Amino acid sequence: MNPLDTLVQGVLLGGLYALFAAGLSLVFGIMRLVNLAHGDLIVLGAYLILVIVSTLGLSPWLAALIAMPPMFALGFLLQRHVLNRTLGEDILPPLLVTFGLSIVIQNALLEGFSADSRRIPAGALETASIDLGPVTVGTLPLLTFATAVLVILALNALFYRTALGRAFRATSDDPVTARQMGIVPGRVFAQATGIAMVVVTIAALYLGTRANVDPTIGPARLIYAFEAVIIGGLGSLWGTLAGGIVIGVAQTVGAAIDPEWQILAGHLAFLAVLAVRPRGLFPRAVD
Amino acid sequence: MSAAAPEPAPARPSAPRAGAPASVPGARVTTRTRASSIALPVAVVLVVALAAAPWYASRGLLQDGFTLLTLLVLAQSWNLLAGYAGLVSIGQQAFVGLGAYALFASTSLAGLDPLVGLGLAGLAAAFVAVPTARFAFRLDGAYFAIATWVIAEVCRLTLAQVKSLGGGTGTSLPRSAVKDMPLVGAIKEGFDVKSSHAGDILFWWLALALAVAVVAGVYALLRSRPGLALAAVRDEPEAARSVGVDAASLRLRVFVTCAFVTGVTGALIYLQKGRISPDAAFSVVDWTAYVIFIVVIGGIGTIEGPIVGVIVFLVLQNLLADRGSWYLICLGLGGIATMLFAPRGLWGLFAERTGIELFPLRRRLRLDP
Repeated sequence: MNPLDTLVQGVLLGGLYALFAAGLSLVFGIMRLVNLAHGDLIVLGAYLILVIVSTLGLSPWLAALIAMPPMFALGFLLQRHVLNRTLGEDILPPLLVTFGLSIVIQNALLEGFSADSRRIPAGALETASIDLGPVTVGTLPLLTFATAVLVILALNALFYRTALGRAFRATSDDPVTARQMGIVPGRVFAQATGIAMVVVTIAALYLGTRANVDPTIGPARLIYAFEAVIIGGLGSLWGTLAGGIVIGVAQTVGAAIDPEWQILAGHLAFLAVLAVRPRGLFPRAVD
Repeated sequence: MSAAAPEPAPARPSAPRAGAPASVPGARVTTRTRASSIALPVAVVLVVALAAAPWYASRGLLQDGFTLLTLLVLAQSWNLLAGYAGLVSIGQQAFVGLGAYALFASTSLAGLDPLVGLGLAGLAAAFVAVPTARFAFRLDGAYFAIATWVIAEVCRLTLAQVKSLGGGTGTSLPRSAVKDMPLVGAIKEGFDVKSSHAGDILFWWLALALAVAVVAGVYALLRSRPGLALAAVRDEPEAARSVGVDAASLRLRVFVTCAFVTGVTGALIYLQKGRISPDAAFSVVDWTAYVIFIVVIGGIGTIEGPIVGVIVFLVLQNLLADRGSWYLICLGLGGIATMLFAPRGLWGLFAERTGIELFPLRRRLRLDP
């Protein structure tokens, strides 16, 4: 085991987890909504891309671009007509409704696509690698990490430089006052979830091109994503990236010791961080 | 909490205990309703009839009934956690799995009687529940839910490493484990059946005893002082604290008790199955998703709700038995629809229209004639 290599692979894996987590972090940060179907929505996105690739014969990247508008619409409508009704003091309704959604999506995918695992074909890129002197890294993992950084830069720009971002922050801080300023929280929430679904589509692209996908893998992705968000701290997207890296590095180090310890090591790292800092490493929002 | 029935909180921490005479001249506080006075004798007759089932029911029916009763116990336990103590856990499969594995370890490895193993299973689950609670209770709402799930995953992955219990692929209980139980031998003689059938009879009785004990125990708890305190914390945490309710220790006791019950149930389920694997014993769908839907569809925050939910669950399962995933899709959609449109569940709808409460908790002031 080469420590530097393990570390680099772990950081790059963290990029994938940060991508899983970015949409969740956005929604959680703005409306404190815990979407337990997030992982299954990523898997749904991967199947949508797969269908577009196989029916239209397009490249996965183009297919992901085509999948974005319907995914945005799905998120918008889901939030507008279902999830907005569950928001409130009581955390039970959103948890149970999204948990139900998770089970429905998983089983609908099982019904539609069977339990066989599939992969989005990415051609030569699947095996391509780049020699960086002391370590060799896969092109796809590197691309994933770069995308994660770009997505977070874009989301931060949206958050802090646009009128919509201002509305997001205002609603997050104080929905009552925001409403007095002419913001309709329900609509703002729907837009936020729509944008989160665009990020989910990007995450789905990398999930499906890097490894096999089957309808049941959503909940595990949700857990990784959630761990990244919580480790990073509520409301901080860069914190989410850091959280993803913590999980990624812990998993690669665990796997280097014994392949069976990969997932366990990630969970233990999460529990360790939470035991020391219950609000995560870089909490921004007070909640 | 919108899903719960509004109950008057006690004016003072020294409010009269349920059943105890109230210090109001010319009046008394009671929880009895007409429906509940009929329900008690009916329940006694029902339990006796169920206990006699091995004399008239087929073995298949006993097995189905066993599933129903064990799910009912899990549902009552989760309902107490989420519906009364405000602890929305999605990691109860941790305690099912731990209980089941404790039973397999004590039976296969230590050679103990499975009945002893059932007790040890509860203790093992409760033992793990204490540090789990210490850790997870510092987290709020959603964080708590996810943390319990992660802890369940840690338990699953850890037990998958234990090679003497079959590692990741799991292991089977030796056939002799159930056959050699003294009780099974006695039932075999008494009913003149094969030992596997005798085992099913014993498991049925154990599940029935567990279910009756849990329903009665939850009802007794909710009518007692700690039960009042729980309702107070749930409905108005700040006010409850101001009258001296120690919410943290109350929640800890509820969490650990539920873990004990869940552990015993898990052990009983896997004693009956005879085969265990980490993925099955720690399955979030089987031991938490089903249970949550049962409670929500039936009516969270009531004792009747989980009973109604389990029956609906079984009817749905039989109707959609050949449709595979459609069954879970319907269950998921049913859970979502209930939460959105009838958050108090089927029993809540029924009770709202009829005013019937079989397990009344509301204290009423009756004027003496």
